[in-house]
Amino acid sequence: MTGTLAAVGAGLAVIGAGLGIGQIGGKAMEAIARQPEAVGDIRANMILMAALVEGAALIAILLSFFV
Amino acid sequence: MRVNLTVVLRYTLIFFLTTAVSHIGAQDHHGDDAHATSSHGADNHGEEHATNACGGSSHHGGEFDAGATAFHHISDQNIYNIGWFHFPLPCIFYVPGEGLEMFSSGKFDADAHGNGSKAYNRYVLFGGQAKRITDPNFPKGLIGIGDDALWEESATVDGKKVDKVYLCYEGNRILCDPKSTLDFGLFGGGLTSFHDFSITKNVVSMFLIVGLLSLMFIAIAKAYKNRQGMAPSGIQGFIEPIFEFIQEDVSKPFLGDSWERFQPFLMSLFFFILGLNLFGQIPFLGGSNVTGNLSVTLVLAVLAFIMTTINGKKDYWGHVFNMPGVPWPIKYLVVTPVEIMGLFIKPLTLMLRLFGNMVAGHMVIVIFVGLIFIFGKNGANPAAAWGTSIGSVFLTLFMMAIELLVAFIQAFVFTILTASYIGAAIEVHDDH
Repeated sequence: MTGTLAAVGAGLAVIGAGLGIGQIGGKAMEAIARQPEAVGDIRANMILMAALVEGAALIAILLSFFV
Repeated sequence: MRVNLTVVLRYTLIFFLTTAVSHIGAQDHHGDDAHATSSHGADNHGEEHATNACGGSSHHGGEFDAGATAFHHISDQNIYNIGWFHFPLPCIFYVPGEGLEMFSSGKFDADAHGNGSKAYNRYVLFGGQAKRITDPNFPKGLIGIGDDALWEESATVDGKKVDKVYLCYEGNRILCDPKSTLDFGLFGGGLTSFHDFSITKNVVSMFLIVGLLSLMFIAIAKAYKNRQGMAPSGIQGFIEPIFEFIQEDVSKPFLGDSWERFQPFLMSLFFFILGLNLFGQIPFLGGSNVTGNLSVTLVLAVLAFIMTTINGKKDYWGHVFNMPGVPWPIKYLVVTPVEIMGLFIKPLTLMLRLFGNMVAGHMVIVIFVGLIFIFGKNGANPAAAWGTSIGSVFLTLFMMAIELLVAFIQAFVFTILTASYIGAAIEVHDDH
């Protein structure tokens, strides 16, 4: 049964990360549409922010499996 | 930018064929095995499998365990498999009180699954990994133990499921210790009777990539010296845009005026991670999963932590221990503890992000290939296996394309985050 609970935990973490990365991606698209000349800066920052959100989600997933 | 369509098509075709062939190879390889198991099962009315004298079975029954197969394929090994070839690697073991021991892993005489049929100086090979026989009465030297003498059993220790490896020798069950790991029991490891300092598959891959990168960059450096003012040629032209991208988008914006000082560190980090990420994805080359190994990413993260800490300026430590502009009760009760935790959480996330992404990618690919064996009932239903393999090729192709992207993104993200941490440490604030 612990395996099942861990899977639920991992799934919840993915929901959170999905919402976060979705927001980042959506806002970045809007920003690029508004200011196409800033596309390089926006893309780099988008990847940086997505990586930070993903880091939190990965910690949650790993903790749900190993603890 | 114009893209030559025929070139793209040609590479897509080659890639598709490579993936398809690697599937067929995998199926043959596992197919024989499954066939042997199923015919054996038929003899015993489908109940028993290749069991040894002690009642252990080295083959996992008729069920295909996708998770266990995936973990077996992504873990580090004391032997390097390329297709059907086994390259023996040097084994270096240290037993406290007995000293260092060195021999070749070819002595274990491993089969296709990495299970050795011989024991050497109380060491055996199971699933490609060396284990130590705990029984002090077991004879030293080269001992034949037979083909199905090793098996794995699950036991529950302190509420955690732990797999233990046993050896069947002259009708006795003998427990075999795995190597020591410094994970404090978090991943089911811990200190055991021996330490493994071997040149494993991952270490060999790292040496290869470091050698390759050194040769490549020395050649490129020479080209810049000899071809001044001329257009870049060959490998120089391939690396220059990647190098310049990291320089312009990572080093300069985050590190300000002192970007040149950190350039060697950041570039080594980026190309080391990128090289290993890409090397692990080449089919037929053993698929060594170096950046998906927690120890490797731990060392990389510790290097990033050391670089941040030793380069930290007065302002950085001021912001950690004594954040300006915050009333003192909140500052010392909330902000300072959180900032100190943040110092260690930053490298921790660096470590887990790279590890998690690479492991997840490799596991998904193995499981997509494993679909063939799940639907084919591990060889009992060849028609379903062939049918699934068509879908599996496309799924794996899709996943490998995504992984190619992830290999670049993760190397980039690791570098950009390290640069931003170092940038925050060396930043000088003028006013508040």
